Parts: sequence; C-alpha cells; structure tokens
Amino acid sequence: MKLGFLVDLALCMGCKGCEVSCKVENEVPLGMWRLRVKYVDVGTFPETKRTFTPLRCNHCENAPCERICPVSALHYLENGIVNVDKERCIGCAGCVMACPYGAIYIDPETNTADKCTYCAHRIAGGMMPACVVACPVEANIFGDLDDPTSNISRYIMEHQGNVKVRKPEKNTHPKHFYTSGGEVNLNPLASKREEGYNLFNNITHLKHVGGH
Amino acid sequence: MVEHTTAATHAVVTLDVALPGIIWGWMITLNMWAKSIGTGAVLIGVYLLKKYGDRVESIKTLMPVVSFIFLNIFLLFTLLDLHQPLRMWHIFFYPHWTSAITVGAWLATIFTGIIFVMAAGRIMRKVSDEQYNKLMWAAFIFAIPVTLYTATIMGEASARELWQTPTELLQMALAAFIGGSATYLIFGIGDREIKRDLAIVLAVSAALSFIVYMGEYYFGAMKAEEVAATIAFVKEGGSYHTMFWVGQTLGYILPVVFVIFALRTQSNSLLALASVLALAGLWIAKHVWLVIPQLLNLS
Repeated sequence: MKLGFLVDLALCMGCKGCEVSCKVENEVPLGMWRLRVKYVDVGTFPETKRTFTPLRCNHCENAPCERICPVSALHYLENGIVNVDKERCIGCAGCVMACPYGAIYIDPETNTADKCTYCAHRIAGGMMPACVVACPVEANIFGDLDDPTSNISRYIMEHQGNVKVRKPEKNTHPKHFYTSGGEVNLNPLASKREEGYNLFNNITHLKHVGGH
Repeated sequence: MVEHTTAATHAVVTLDVALPGIIWGWMITLNMWAKSIGTGAVLIGVYLLKKYGDRVESIKTLMPVVSFIFLNIFLLFTLLDLHQPLRMWHIFFYPHWTSAITVGAWLATIFTGIIFVMAAGRIMRKVSDEQYNKLMWAAFIFAIPVTLYTATIMGEASARELWQTPTELLQMALAAFIGGSATYLIFGIGDREIKRDLAIVLAVSAALSFIVYMGEYYFGAMKAEEVAATIAFVKEGGSYHTMFWVGQTLGYILPVVFVIFALRTQSNSLLALASVLALAGLWIAKHVWLVIPQLLNLS
C-alpha cells in the first residue's frame, strides 16, 4: 500500500475548510499550519484570476526529512506515510532545513517537529483524513496509489498529462499530486510576496519560538 | 527563469500564512566557528609538530587545551540549539545512520574524548611521548571528518539549494586552516620561520575561501533559480548585502593584505591583527551564508 494525495485545483474554491478541519483535528497551535491554502492573483485588473493551492507535506518516497533526522523521529509507516514521533524528536530542526516544501515546523508547545501525517491516526481507524472529509467539492482525493482501482489512481490515469508534483527536480518523488496546476500554483518563485497585499494577515514572518 | 515571468503574469500572493523565521541562527554559526578553531588547532598543530618538532614544544599542551575549549563551545551551543536538549541522548541510543547529524555527533564525541585525554595527560604529566604521539595521530585522523561533516549536513538540507556539499566541504576545510593558523599566530607560537609558515597558511586559506564565495556570488545564480533568489539577499539592495561584504573584507581580504605587509615588515603585531580579523570575519561570513537560504519562501 502506498497512500497518496491529489488535489484538483480546478475544483478548489479556496474555502479553507480543509485548513480549518486540519487545525481542529490535529490541534495545531496558533500561527502554525500542517495544511494551508495559498491565494495567488494572476494578471492585471480587469483581466485577473485568483488561484487557490492547498499545500501540505508531500510524503515523499525519497524524503529528505526522514534521511536527515538523527533519531528516526521522522519515519515511514508501512502505508508510505512519513510520520513524526514527537517523543523521539530532539528538536534539531534538521528536517525543517531539509524539506524543500517548507512543510515542517517546530511546534512551540511541544518543542518538536510537526507536519501533516495524512491524519495517520484516522487512517489507522479506517477513516479518511480530516481535510478530505471537510472539502465541499471533493477537490482532495486520497487513496492507495498501488491499487489501480482506487479513486486516486483512476483520477491520475484520467488526467494524464495534467498531473504535476511540486519541485520534481529535487528528486524527492512526492506522493502528493496536483491537476490543473501551473507554475503560479506550484512554484513559490513564480509569484511575488508584496507587503500590503495580504487580505487579513499583517504578520509576514513568524518569530522563532522554541528552545532558544 | 520562472521568477522573471512574474512581470508578465503579475502573479501576487494575496492571502497566505506568515512565513517561518530563521530557525538555524547565531548558535549554529557559533557552532561552526568554534568547531573550525577546535579542529583547525589540531590539524595545523600536528603539521607544526611534525615539521618543526622541538621548536614548537609548547603547543603539545596548547593544542589539546585550545581544541578542547573550542570543541566544548561547539558542543555546548549544539546542545543549546536543540529544542529538546535533554533528549540529546537519543542520538546515541536511537542513532539513524543516514543522517550526517548522527554521524557527526558520534565523531565529534569521540574526537573530544581523545582531545580531553591529551589535554589532561599533558597538564597532569600522565602521558608519555609515545602515548601522546599515538593520541595525536588519532586526533588528527578524527579532526578531518569532524571538520567536514557539517558540510554534509548542509548537503542533506535539500531545501537549501545554496549549500552544495562540494563547495561547503572546501569552505569547512579552509575555515579550519584559518582557525588553526590564526589561533597559533595570536598566541605568538614559534620563531620567524614558523610564523611565516602560519601566515602563509592563513593568507592562502583566506584567499581561496574568498575566491569560492565570489564564485558563488557571481556564477551560482546562473545555475539555479533558487540560488539566484538566495544570492539576491547579498547582492546590492539585499538585506544582507552590507553584512556579507563586511564578512568578506574582515575575514578574507584584509587578512591577506595584512599578512603580505607583515611578512615584508616582519611585524608580529600585524600578523596577530590579521588573525583576529580573520576569526571575526569568518564568523560573519559563515553567519550570512547560514541565514540567507532560510529567508527564501519554500512553498
């Protein structure tokens, strides 16, 4: 079994339901995110378009975070999920330095690394990840990539040529896919972050909170 | 490069979370800096002992003592930088051997142990010359990977395109040569010929290090857009532009100039000044290089 995610960006409407359900399900502390939806506006008024991109851990097959972790706190589960053992983690932040997707943060409450685990605890109980359940348009598609009859496998087959991963050049082999996504969605360097453009959030950078 | 297309697409992030701040900060810089002196003192010290023998007898004690002090600074700040420092023992009881952090921690611990035995043995006069020689060679062998392993951690940090292992290996080695030679010059070790040797090591290492940085500064951006975006922080208008050039000037340019003048005028004080500047500049240069990739938005 190799669990994977696919987000159909043509369906996503940026409601942030997945983001909120993830925070609630996993008790993610204030200011931290396992999953977030990023808005990027493209074009010049009046020819503009808003794009929405849910971003979470890619659960890479060749995960740099797993490789650099000195104590195997980041480890693979048999179903392919890259999981975090918070009791094992020493908080060296090597994984934060290694993840090319910025998906790992240091939890200020536990002082350990944390990230999306595809809701491994829910999957162990036979449930879908919280974000999948919350999505009103079924833009989040989750399932077994090894099973050709699974929803995700069929979706990938049906959208061949339109399925992308983030930063394929990093050789991490992500198991998180996107359809209908372009550079603007998937490459952070393809859009500008200008102060004053954020709708609600005036805080541009988090102060590092932790053991020092 | 894709960032050049933003003018055409006019793609602007309009809603997102706050970006993470700098995670590896001054403590990691201090870690690398102190390690450079701790291992450099051994690498250069062994070279001096083999080449000059009794003429540098005093460094038989000075070498392990200086190394031990700086290795402990390095280990202390490595520990303090952990968010869970009391779990440091996990590295030894749950080691993950694909991690350069694990391998480095083990090597540094063994190396520090050897240095401690050398220092204690010399101070308490409990170690014979034969035993000292054996320990010295063991320390020399361990000093090499302990100097270099941080470069492999940076290589494993896949998110930070700027840190390429081959370049960082060279920079770590040169930093150790600068650290070791500068330390002995500050202590005023040896006669004129020995000081000349140390000064040449310092100047050549500083010059090579500067050349590698300039290679990255001017040509790194031509290979990868992430490197280009990172290097922009030290280019004109970048938030670390001034600090980068202060580091390069103090750490590499001025020491080379001062060493040339010092060798011509045979001025020991100028050599000491070059050494102090090299050590100060080394810290600044390392810090800038550590921090700038962390300013880049990854997602």
